[in-house]
Amino acid sequence: MDNKPDRQSKTTRLPRKRFYRARAHSNPLSDSHFPVPVSPSQFEYSLHYPHFYPSEETNETDVGISSAAKTQPKIQFADVGCGFGGLLVSLSTLFPDTLMIGMEIRDKVSEYVKERILALRVANPGQYQNISVVRTNSMKYIPNYFEKAQLLKMFFLFPDPHFKEKNHRRRVISMHLLDEYAYTLQVGGTIYTITDVEELGIWMKSCLEEHPLFEAVPREELEVDPVVKLLTSATEEGQKVARNGGQTYQAVYRRIAAPLVENGRVSPPVN
Amino acid sequence: MDEVSVDEGESNSSIEVAPALIAVHPLEESVAVATGAELRVFSLKGDQPINLQDDSEGPSHSEAIRAISFGAKGRFFASAGDDKLVKVWAVDSWHCIRTVCSEKRVSAVAVSHDGRWLTFADKFGIVWAADLSVVRDSDMPVNRKPIPILAHYCSIITSLEFSPSGQYIVSADRDFKIRVTVFPRNPSNGAHEIQSFCLGHTDFVSCLAFVKTEEDPLGFLLSGSGDSTVRMWDFPSGCLLCTCDVGEKAELGELIGEEDHPAVTDLCASPDGSIVAVAIQSFCGIVLLTCDLSTKSIAVAKVIYFKKSFIPTCLGMSCSAERLWTVTGASNFPSSTTLPLACVKVIDGLQNCYLDSNGAGPVELENDSIPGGEKLLTKLQGSVSAAKEEKALSEAAEAVKTAMRNLLIKKQYSAEKRDFRKRSRNDKKLKQ
Repeated sequence: MDNKPDRQSKTTRLPRKRFYRARAHSNPLSDSHFPVPVSPSQFEYSLHYPHFYPSEETNETDVGISSAAKTQPKIQFADVGCGFGGLLVSLSTLFPDTLMIGMEIRDKVSEYVKERILALRVANPGQYQNISVVRTNSMKYIPNYFEKAQLLKMFFLFPDPHFKEKNHRRRVISMHLLDEYAYTLQVGGTIYTITDVEELGIWMKSCLEEHPLFEAVPREELEVDPVVKLLTSATEEGQKVARNGGQTYQAVYRRIAAPLVENGRVSPPVN
Repeated sequence: MDEVSVDEGESNSSIEVAPALIAVHPLEESVAVATGAELRVFSLKGDQPINLQDDSEGPSHSEAIRAISFGAKGRFFASAGDDKLVKVWAVDSWHCIRTVCSEKRVSAVAVSHDGRWLTFADKFGIVWAADLSVVRDSDMPVNRKPIPILAHYCSIITSLEFSPSGQYIVSADRDFKIRVTVFPRNPSNGAHEIQSFCLGHTDFVSCLAFVKTEEDPLGFLLSGSGDSTVRMWDFPSGCLLCTCDVGEKAELGELIGEEDHPAVTDLCASPDGSIVAVAIQSFCGIVLLTCDLSTKSIAVAKVIYFKKSFIPTCLGMSCSAERLWTVTGASNFPSSTTLPLACVKVIDGLQNCYLDSNGAGPVELENDSIPGGEKLLTKLQGSVSAAKEEKALSEAAEAVKTAMRNLLIKKQYSAEKRDFRKRSRNDKKLKQ
């Protein structure tokens, strides 16, 4: 870090965005060449969360890892398409004991978030240890990072709208991808989506509405959920929309249990 | 890193090469071979070649068939491929009862055990289901169009199978993934509940098979992959039970040339897993494995070497698993002059593969001792003598290998080459 001081602000030591210019979009359909864990058990927790996974323990014995890992926390929040990481940083202090990960496909942006988190950890000892970032294509590799029913919350904030109909399959919320998100979310887990594009807002809401494993979170619950406020206030995109006085469209849904089908009859879900 | 092995030329024509396929009826009543757009069927029960009849008023196959499969315990047979047609045949009469049009090329096909649902996967990773039930009364119109039920995100699906109980549908893709999805009683609203992902392969997954015993009627899943391994899974949990590095264990080192990790191209298993036949890229022969379901382990039982340059492109076996049917060949490969090529070989006495070298092990059958004899070969190969075209066979095998690599292995480009490719992108917005 010290050998490139020009990339950081002199006062806060935080990385400066102007040095991490990136394209606004990335094609999620193309073959990716970044490393991806073969399975969730091979995700390197000690690298991402050294405070929660001290390296001495993992170095002791190779056999010890698996038994130790069971008692250690797993990632419970995922910010898919985390951008410059505004939400992660806000959530970090709100839920200091919950591990969270940002997933970003643009490597320069994920690089920025990485530096930002490291700088925050240095500036605020003991804090921001629960957040990290990976460069990945979440549309292809969500199951490589999270086990079944591992996540409590997933965030899809201001995703790429992909207006053209032929590009709708690149949208990060779709009926088929919701199957995978439902798989990684535990029953009762929440999916948060927000956009400033009306057309995409309607699309995301209708996908979630139609999906049998999700139901809308009632308005009363949204009002008391501290996370909902962050959707607009914490992210860089949200702040931009607010500055321009734009409207946002949000859809917050809960993962519900699959209806049990027996003898062709649908019985109520059992938790 | 791996820049040395970069595929330099990206010839689209090589992708069109289609391997010859074989499928054996579960009770060995018939054998089907597909090569190019041609479907050839021989009835072993009736000891005669079959003339296929099409009652479905749909078009016939016009391009390479990519997937064939017996389904519904041998009542139906499905064929599908590059012409975006999926045809379902009633096996008792070998009439085509249904032709379903897909939007995209089809890469895998399976019929549910009850015979009610045809499922197929297209090259964009979407699995579709079509209702095969006959319309009985007019007040219950059956939706004739296929419905998309699940999707692997823009990844080619290489194999599609129903679990032995019919409870799950399992799909494998080129992104190293195997997805186990609950198959709903009525899939017309989609199959949204993912039971598990079987993750562990480090290259494309090429083939799937199920094995089960009376104690474990739910069964276990076997998968073969470009990473040269066959793996056994407890598929409802996605738990990896055993990995067998076939290329290494069978000591094929010198036999397959320079390749370190030859891909597993196909596998088929006896229902109890005691015999698992594996075809390997560039290997003139078959590796027989055996699964011990009590200890959850896989071991190499025997390696069978073929005399001629015969690299199987596809394997087939009936439920009794006495004989292994193999085929090699291809269509549309550069030097193919006239007809698509297919050459059939049969291995008998699989049950004897545990005997020591003195005992009568599995044997390669001569033309006249193959069930159906020369009549069968004439039908399935196009001629009795196809086996003699050794040069063409090895060329076909080479073409299939290149095509499979281009299709399933991610391309690695050096940094400069990547920049060069970006410059020639045609989807860039033109700046005014």
